[in-house]
Amino acid sequence: MRILLEFKESLLIAWDAVRANKMRSVLTTLGIIIGIVTVTSMATAVDALNRAFHDSISVLGADVLFVSKMDWQINSEAQWIAENHRPDVTLEQVHRVEKQMLMASAIAPAVGSQRPVSYKNRRAGRVQIIGTTDQFLTTSGFNIAVGRFMTASEVEGGRPVCVIGNDVATNLFQSESPLHKKIKIAERQLEVIGVLEKRGSFLGMESFDNEVILPVSQFVFSYWRHPTFEIQVKVRNIEHLDDAKEELRGLVRKIRHVLPADPDNFAINQQEQFIATFDKVTGTIAAVGLLITGMSLFVGGIGIMNIMFVSVAERTREIGVRKAIGAKRRTILLQFLIEAASICMLGGLAGLGITYALTLLVAGAFPYFPIKMSMPVMGLALLMSILTGVISGFLPAWRAARMNPVDALRNE
Amino acid sequence: MSLIRLQKVSRLYEMGGETIHALREISLEVERGEYVAIMGPSGSGKSTLMNLLGCLDTCTSGDYELNGTNVSELNDNRLAEIRNREIGFVFQTFNLLPRANALRNVELPLIYAGIPAGDRKRIAIEALTSVGLGDRMQHKPNEMSGGQRQRVAIARALVNSPSIILADEPTGNLDSKTGDEIMVLLRHLSDKGNTIFVVTHEEDIARHARRIIRIRDGLIADDSENKNGTP
Repeated sequence: MRILLEFKESLLIAWDAVRANKMRSVLTTLGIIIGIVTVTSMATAVDALNRAFHDSISVLGADVLFVSKMDWQINSEAQWIAENHRPDVTLEQVHRVEKQMLMASAIAPAVGSQRPVSYKNRRAGRVQIIGTTDQFLTTSGFNIAVGRFMTASEVEGGRPVCVIGNDVATNLFQSESPLHKKIKIAERQLEVIGVLEKRGSFLGMESFDNEVILPVSQFVFSYWRHPTFEIQVKVRNIEHLDDAKEELRGLVRKIRHVLPADPDNFAINQQEQFIATFDKVTGTIAAVGLLITGMSLFVGGIGIMNIMFVSVAERTREIGVRKAIGAKRRTILLQFLIEAASICMLGGLAGLGITYALTLLVAGAFPYFPIKMSMPVMGLALLMSILTGVISGFLPAWRAARMNPVDALRNE
Repeated sequence: MSLIRLQKVSRLYEMGGETIHALREISLEVERGEYVAIMGPSGSGKSTLMNLLGCLDTCTSGDYELNGTNVSELNDNRLAEIRNREIGFVFQTFNLLPRANALRNVELPLIYAGIPAGDRKRIAIEALTSVGLGDRMQHKPNEMSGGQRQRVAIARALVNSPSIILADEPTGNLDSKTGDEIMVLLRHLSDKGNTIFVVTHEEDIARHARRIIRIRDGLIADDSENKNGTP
C-alpha cells in the first residue's frame, strides 16, 4: 500500500520534472528514440524476412517428402560432385514406390525443365514445364481455379493436355478463356484443360505461377528422354512423418539395390530442412544486427545517465527537503529511477511510432514483402527502453538516495 | 519524562585534517509544550544542535532521547521515519517544492507517512486552514508572498502532528511586519500545546519564546526562562 503510494507520487514527480524541462527531456529522449527505432526496425526486418520465407516455403507442405538424386542443401563442391554421380531416379522406380509404399496418401513423380511457351503470336519465355501424374494435385497442394486437373487415364495414355499456372494464363491469354485452347511448347501442341489458382511468389522474386503441368509420359516423349525424377510422397498422417520417412528410405534402398552396408544413394528432402538452414542464417543476422543496433540504445542510455546526474545535482535541495520531511532512501531512489524510466519509456513509445510508420512505408512500397510490426517486438522494445532507463538511472538515483540531508539542505 | 533529553552530546567534524568541536558534551532537557529559542552567533554550534534535534544528523558521542526513543543509534531509514512522525521543519528559505501547489506541498509528509489519498487531502486542508490559507490551496509558491509561503511551510510542519516543530530562522527572509505575523502564528501554535524550537540570532525574535538557550563555542552559555515571553 505504502510502496504503491510512493510509486504513484514518484510518477507524478517524474512527470512534473519531464514537463518542467521540456527541451532537455526531448533532447535526452532523442537518443533513446534513435536506439529504439534502430533496434525495432532491425527486429521487424528480420521478422518480415522470416515470415516471407515461411510463407513461401509452406507451399511445399510439411507432410510431403521429396525423394531425389541430390540433397536440396549442398554444402561443398565435393558433395555436389559425389551426389551428381549417383544413378538417376527413373520413372520405373517411381512406379515401384507407388505400388509398395503403405504410409502415403499420394505419390507423384515430378520432373521439370524450362521452355518457352506460345499461343498464336504471344509468347512466354522460360516457363517451368512439369511432367507428372494426376496425384500431383494432392502432393503439391495446388488448387484449380478454372477447368480441371489431368485424369489418371489422360496420364496413362500420355494425352497432349496441360494445366497452366496463373501467370502463364494471363501472359498468353489476354481477354479470351484459355480453356480448350492449344498452346505450343517446342513445336508440340497441348490443350489447356485447367488453370491453377494464384499462389504468389518466393520472397517476392520467383513466381510460383509460371508453370505448365502435363502428363509425365508426354513430357518424357516430347522433351526429355531420360531425366532424373523427383518422387513426391504425401504422408497419410503427419504425426507418423518419421515412420513414413523410414519406410520410404527402406523401400527406395531396396528398389535402387543399395547394399546394407552402403549409404543412401538418394536424398529424402523435406520442408523442415530448408527451414532449419534458413533459421540458422536469420538467427545469425538477427543476433549481429541486434548487437549493432543495441549499441545505439546503449549510447542513448549514457545520455540518460548524464542528464539524470544533472537533474540530481540541480535538485539537491529538493532532495534535502524531501528527506527532512521523511522520505527514505528507497523513496528517493524510486523517484529518480521512475523519472529515468519514464523518459526512456516516452522515448520508446515515440521510437515505436516511428518504426511503425517506417513499416507502413516499406509495406506500401513492397507489397509482396510481408512486413509488419509484431506484438512481441513492440512489447520487448518497450521493456528494453524501460530497462535502459532503470539501468542508466540507477547510479544517479543511488547518489541522490545516499545524500546527507544536512549537506543537501545547505546546497544553494 | 522529558520529551527531549540530551546527555553529554558531542558532535565533531573532520575538516581538512582538523577536528572541529561543533558541540561539546551538551546536556539538555525539554518538556512537552515548551517554546524554546536557541540563540548564538554563527559558528557557535546552534545549527549543529538544531540538526541533531531534528534527527537530520547524528551525534558523535552521547545520547539523544526523543519521545522515549534513543535516536542516536538509529540508521538512516529509521531516522527518516522519526523525522516524518516526530518533527516538523520550518526553514528560513521556506523550501517548498516550486512546481507543486500549496495543498500538495502540505500533503507531502502524509504521503511519506503512507496516509491514503482521501484522508490526506482532508488533513492537509485542515492544516492550511489553521494557518489562514484556506483560500490559497491551489496556488504555487511563486504565486504567493513570502509570508504566505512560510505559512504553507508551517502547515506542512504541522500536518503530521509532530512532537516538535523546529523553525530555523523562520523570519530571516521576511520583512519585519510579516516576520511578526509568523511569530504570532508560532506563539499561537505554542498556546495550543505544540513544542516549538526557534533557532535565531535576533533578540527580537527570541523574545517571543518562553525559554532562551544561548550557545557559544559548542557549549550552552545560558539557559533561562524568558519572563517577557508569552505567559
